[in-house]
Amino acid sequence: MRVNMRVNGRPYEADDVWEGESLLYVLRERLGLPGSKNACEQGECGSCTVRLDGVPVCACLVAAGQAEGREVVTVEGLADHARQRSGEAAGTVRPGEPEEGHPETPGTPRQPEPTRPGQVAPLAPVQQAFIDAGAVQCGFCTPGLLVAADELLERNPDPSDADIREALSGNLCRCTGYEKILDAVRLAAARTGEAV
Amino acid sequence: MAADRAPATLTQATGATRGTVGESTLRPDGTLKVTGEFAYSSDLWHEDMLWGFTLRSPCAHAAIRSIDTAGALALPGVCAVMTHDDLPAGTHYGLEIHDQPVLAKDRVRFHGEPVAIVAADHPETARRAAARIKVEYEELPLVVDEATATAPDAPLLHPGRRDHHASHVPHPNIVHRQPVRRGDVAAARARADVVVRRDYEVGMQDQAFLGPESGLAVPAEDGGVDLYIATQWLHVDRDQLAPVLGLPADKVRLTLSGVGGAFGAREDLSMQAHACLLALRTGRPVKIVYNRYESFFGHVHRHPAKLTYEHGATRDGMLLYVQCRIVLDGGAYASSSPAVVGNAASLSIGPYVVENVDVEAIALYSNNPPCGAMRGFGAVQACFAYEAQMDAVAAELGLDPVEFRQRNAMSQGATMPTGQLVDSPAPVAELLRRVKALPMPPGRAWEAAGGPVDVRALPGGLSNTTHGEAVVRGVGYAVGIKNVGFSEGFDDYSTARIRLEVIGGEPVALVHTAMAEVGQGGVTVHAQIARTELGVDRVTLHPADTRVGSAGSTSASRQTYMTGGAVKHACEAVRAEVLRRGRERFGASRPAWAEPDRLRLEDGKVVTDGGEVIGDLAGILGEEAIDLEREFRHRPTEPFDLRTGQGFGHVQYSFCAHRAVVEVDTELGLVKVVELAAAQDVGKAINPLSVVGQIHGGSTQGLGLAVMEEIVVSRDGARVRNPSFTDYLIPTILDTPAMPVEVLELADDNAPYGLRGVGEAPTLSSTPAVVAAIRAATGLPLRRVPVRPEHLTGG
Ligand code: FES
Ligand code: FES
Repeated sequence: MRVNMRVNGRPYEADDVWEGESLLYVLRERLGLPGSKNACEQGECGSCTVRLDGVPVCACLVAAGQAEGREVVTVEGLADHARQRSGEAAGTVRPGEPEEGHPETPGTPRQPEPTRPGQVAPLAPVQQAFIDAGAVQCGFCTPGLLVAADELLERNPDPSDADIREALSGNLCRCTGYEKILDAVRLAAARTGEAV
Repeated sequence: MAADRAPATLTQATGATRGTVGESTLRPDGTLKVTGEFAYSSDLWHEDMLWGFTLRSPCAHAAIRSIDTAGALALPGVCAVMTHDDLPAGTHYGLEIHDQPVLAKDRVRFHGEPVAIVAADHPETARRAAARIKVEYEELPLVVDEATATAPDAPLLHPGRRDHHASHVPHPNIVHRQPVRRGDVAAARARADVVVRRDYEVGMQDQAFLGPESGLAVPAEDGGVDLYIATQWLHVDRDQLAPVLGLPADKVRLTLSGVGGAFGAREDLSMQAHACLLALRTGRPVKIVYNRYESFFGHVHRHPAKLTYEHGATRDGMLLYVQCRIVLDGGAYASSSPAVVGNAASLSIGPYVVENVDVEAIALYSNNPPCGAMRGFGAVQACFAYEAQMDAVAAELGLDPVEFRQRNAMSQGATMPTGQLVDSPAPVAELLRRVKALPMPPGRAWEAAGGPVDVRALPGGLSNTTHGEAVVRGVGYAVGIKNVGFSEGFDDYSTARIRLEVIGGEPVALVHTAMAEVGQGGVTVHAQIARTELGVDRVTLHPADTRVGSAGSTSASRQTYMTGGAVKHACEAVRAEVLRRGRERFGASRPAWAEPDRLRLEDGKVVTDGGEVIGDLAGILGEEAIDLEREFRHRPTEPFDLRTGQGFGHVQYSFCAHRAVVEVDTELGLVKVVELAAAQDVGKAINPLSVVGQIHGGSTQGLGLAVMEEIVVSRDGARVRNPSFTDYLIPTILDTPAMPVEVLELADDNAPYGLRGVGEAPTLSSTPAVVAAIRAATGLPLRRVPVRPEHLTGG
């Protein structure tokens, strides 16, 4: 079958999709968007978390056909998504340059220089916070956690620790022990709060 | 169609983060990882690529009577089906003992053993084809524990084995045996005022890394193969692969692909040989990605263990002797069981001074899943038992458990039960003091003053089955000792190649090693070391591959020490060459050049110890790069004596202590770890942020072993019952508490920068600390981990 959907704001079309394929498989193997991760493909780990019409879902549990005509946001589109949300103009700020009116939180490490050649768009606050807080080790859980954390901060810009734990309880991480992940979400919330 | 994801370039850390040794430099691969662009091994893609799939045995022990692949081959889209009969060359592999078949021939020895492999144009086609392969099995009697392994009529797992342990083990179903004897236990027992003897058991833990086993094999024009792979040790993979593929080593080229965690599970081959075989057979690139179910069969696990410990002490709280026996179940194949036995034996009494010891550790061959490396490597099982014993003896003596440990704690200058002198700091008592001195978390935090009960913070969390009526709190302590690096005379080395050149008018260092970055942050510290040693700002990391010498394994907490040491070593050679060239060119005009020991490289300049700038790197290098490769070795160790266990077996020790605070719902049998505090000596924190991250991660895996993680193998059929994340539980963010960390930096003079390996020690003591806290809360003996609800409710 053929599946049409919008992913990260752009239209995509996938042909010859077998009806048993998941949204995760189509994103990763047919659309060339491997950012969403395949850690369990059983709906247990959250590594494949994407937003389907705004709602966080495990892409491995969504049949590809269910995404027909719908809007998907993956980790690859997170920076754009965050920028649209905050109404900024796209493509003007380089990562590593603290944005105006966006002071660095005291005690956090300096932001890194741009690390992708040719990269011009800034990261979403939650992405930068994960790097700065040391919340990324192997990073396999990171895309799913970022999508979930970004959605939490969209709903609740000032979450308590219990809120963060609840929102991220469907995302397994085997490396970090979650302390730094909590730090990162708190940091993103603090920075976003200071920016407005 | 998917874009071509060129495997070699996308995991490259292109980051231009700054920072030298001792700073919390950020990961150079961080941006790629948060944007989803980092190419993990399961993300690889190649034009014309096929998908591989493995058919696995449903039986734990069976004779294979026949295999019929016709049905699979007939399925449209299937390009190759291979069984044992199709192997072109070697048929077995293994880390130490080559006892593991690439594909089973006439016998399977564990549930999930690979029997056939398929390559097809869609992963589902490959799966369906595999399901159409007909295999006739005839079940054989099982070996599942020590009794069935060593019974007079026990079936031999590896009849006619000829490995180097075969001659000294008491039974051919025992992989390896290591005693450790020192002093006179019988005499000490006669003098003991208190004797505590107990049995303990540790369940089979899984590494449960998140990135599944996966890789892409691409056949090359020269008849060789390029494998892009998530592994812990590229060279040892290659050395096992080449004979199986029938190729010379230089035609088997491995490049590290993005690794989603490892924790020991990627030390053994999983799909490497299968992907290469299918690629060479079909002439097309083949990708294999295990799903989570298959991953549980595709790698070795932590050895489950049965342990018997007897401790004797005087009335005033001094340990007189320890006698113990540790039986590790190694499963069907040897993997790294011999080294795990050596570790369990030599570290079996913990970080304590005991004059009289009588220890025996063995690993069995059985029909259970193969076990091998996992973070903590044999020291974890022992630590659970000896720390439980320390609490039990302290209780018998009426002593505070921390005080009792401190009285017997080893320190620098102590002698290990192996006779080895502990010749660098061993701040065991101090680490305990530090965790004990941390402020306690507030009690019954879920019972906010006057407000409603926050059920999220209760044992059981949102399932909301309690409002705290039967919740009791307990506090527990533990400390452990772990060796760093490879032991027992292993020629442990790492290699680094450093290229220093001028690019765009600026000196740039390129660091090339074969170190597997598995998430631990090696790439960060190597760049820090190069920056520190060469005084340059820009450091680029070459992808890890087999085009440079071996870096050894990313395990045994050794990479910062070993490959970090190699990078340092190679940088020193480059620096010497810089100074030689500078002296040659400018020495005549500046006498300072004659004294290289008083010169250093800083900010791209050559500076005297008086701070005078006498040259700059860009000028000295000009067009001519410096490119040097060096190996680094730690000081030699020696094998343990096979009868007495005596010997200088370990290069370095690391120590970590934990305090756990738990709340237990005694009616429901549910545990909530409220806080897990750690104190660890790291010698020198090369990257403090990463050090704390490692301690958090290790502590959490230990917490998992304490209360939830276990691969359940059925008693009757030796079949794995819970190969999924639904049934094999790893801690979530709700299960994981706040983890304050105290880091000590007492330099080890033998190590680069004085550092001490960090990654493993925290997995040792976290488990016994959590269980000690549960015992303190409930008064139950709890001699087995993981602790399950039924152990707490008596059901
Ligand atoms: S991969 Fe979808 S939840 Fe694990
Ligand atoms: S799983 Fe490795 S960083 Fe989370």
